[in-house]
Amino acid sequence: MTDALSRGERWLDALTSPSTRTESGPIRARDGQLDGERASFFAVVPDPENRFPRAADNVVGLEQGWLLARAVREAIDADRDAGVKRPIVAVVDVKSQAYGRREELLGIHLACAAAVDAYASARLAGHPVIALIVGPAMSGAYLAHGYQANRIVALDAPGTAVHAMGKEAAARVTRRSVESLDALGDTVLPMSYKMSAYAKLGLLHELIEGVDADAPSSVDIERVKASLAAAVKDARNGPRDLSVRLASADAKRTRAASIEVRRRMREQWSA
Amino acid sequence: MNAHDTFLARHSFIELTARERIRALLDKGTFRELLGPFDRIESPWLAMQNIVCQADDGAVIARGTLGGEPALIAAIEPAFQGGSIGEVSGAKIAAALELALGEFEAGRTIRPVVLFETGGVRLQEANLGLAAIAEIQAAIVALRAHVPVVGVIGGMVGCFGGMSLAAALCTELVMTRQARLGMNGPEVIEQEAGIEELDSGDRRLIWSMIGGEERVAVGLADTLVEDDTDQVRDAVLAAFERGVPKQHRTENIDGFIARLAQVNPDAIDPDTLRTLWGTS
Repeated sequence: MTDALSRGERWLDALTSPSTRTESGPIRARDGQLDGERASFFAVVPDPENRFPRAADNVVGLEQGWLLARAVREAIDADRDAGVKRPIVAVVDVKSQAYGRREELLGIHLACAAAVDAYASARLAGHPVIALIVGPAMSGAYLAHGYQANRIVALDAPGTAVHAMGKEAAARVTRRSVESLDALGDTVLPMSYKMSAYAKLGLLHELIEGVDADAPSSVDIERVKASLAAAVKDARNGPRDLSVRLASADAKRTRAASIEVRRRMREQWSA
Repeated sequence: MNAHDTFLARHSFIELTARERIRALLDKGTFRELLGPFDRIESPWLAMQNIVCQADDGAVIARGTLGGEPALIAAIEPAFQGGSIGEVSGAKIAAALELALGEFEAGRTIRPVVLFETGGVRLQEANLGLAAIAEIQAAIVALRAHVPVVGVIGGMVGCFGGMSLAAALCTELVMTRQARLGMNGPEVIEQEAGIEELDSGDRRLIWSMIGGEERVAVGLADTLVEDDTDQVRDAVLAAFERGVPKQHRTENIDGFIARLAQVNPDAIDPDTLRTLWGTS
């Protein structure tokens, strides 16, 4: 085992106060300050001792899904009677879901769905839920940890990416070379592995450029905190559903079909 | 009827297309399709990759009545691109569920049903398929506070990828023996983790792990039905009769963490899991 921190751990340390409790296992829950307000931060971190051998890395497996769900719901419960709900930040650095036979037998799909449910319920309860992408945000792992957020903020830095499948696996499945997959991503935007291309889909609230994702300076950290605080403010002024993802200028261009489907289905709904 | 007559009286659900499946479930004569093939909203991304589009993009949405109550059924067509979720097919399902939520906000009711048959994200539309699945999940969570959202997994594609999470968010799940429910398809696991982790060619093993019978036996799905449209319909109606539960399966966090704690990862198999988690 190396002493090197994962991206998720590094950014959690940068954005929050040290935990007063001993931390173990694959999920970290910490408090931090955003614009003078207490916020809860959650991250999935490598867990070399995990009893499920396919879930020892920063991936979302059975325990990760259920423990994330529990941690997020603790924040919801703590604010049950609060007029102003605390911000919840998912620090996203997840390589994939856990691929294994035990995972399937024991219902990894349900564990991940429990995390989806917890984040969605936090959003519906009025918590501003922000996803901060500092590393890979892959497929089912990103669905479970981040994709239910009111606002998504991402670092434009080497190593951050959003995609439905790892590049090597996607190349195998679509029978292309990794190089031709990259070229394809330049013309077919949703296929791209570049964060700048993901930003053009209109799903991001902000793409933060020029930040060192591996070794952030204090200036970098303050910039990210300011972006998170701005996203919190924006989320509080918007609806609790995900409709904002279809409202940006980029979404109107790139997700025109998603918008058109909704417009025409509404027309036909009560006909 | 004797066993032979019963067998002959069966009408296969699995062999039907998505559109026929909806017709078979809705009350007779009430089927009304929304954004049908003549509206021709096709995938904007497949043609760019020289793949033939389909005029409904593999998702069929219809309104009608079910047991006399207003209903919405969204069905995925397994024969088009493996039931994969692209921008348009995903948006159709999300939009339908969002409009169903609007019914409750307007003081009306509707019964939402999703017929799953999907490998998950359509890789040719990668990030927009994934985004649509997140929106489908969001809509299910919001909607099921008002009414059961009932999922059916018919077969033979099964339900995988991000859509397996959507299925897990449903209030109740109806499965046939032929159906499978899992996050990662067996081929993907074999590719990612090696054949010693899982032999995707071992069909008996695969179905014993993630097939409908096992899923219902261990409490990860609710009703096991034969491949028969009447049985599917009865199971769906019964789920609506039970109403919204106090706690959805995805909210039973302490319960499942405790169940997981009972499992020894070095000695777990489908039969052992039935003795640990078995509900009957």
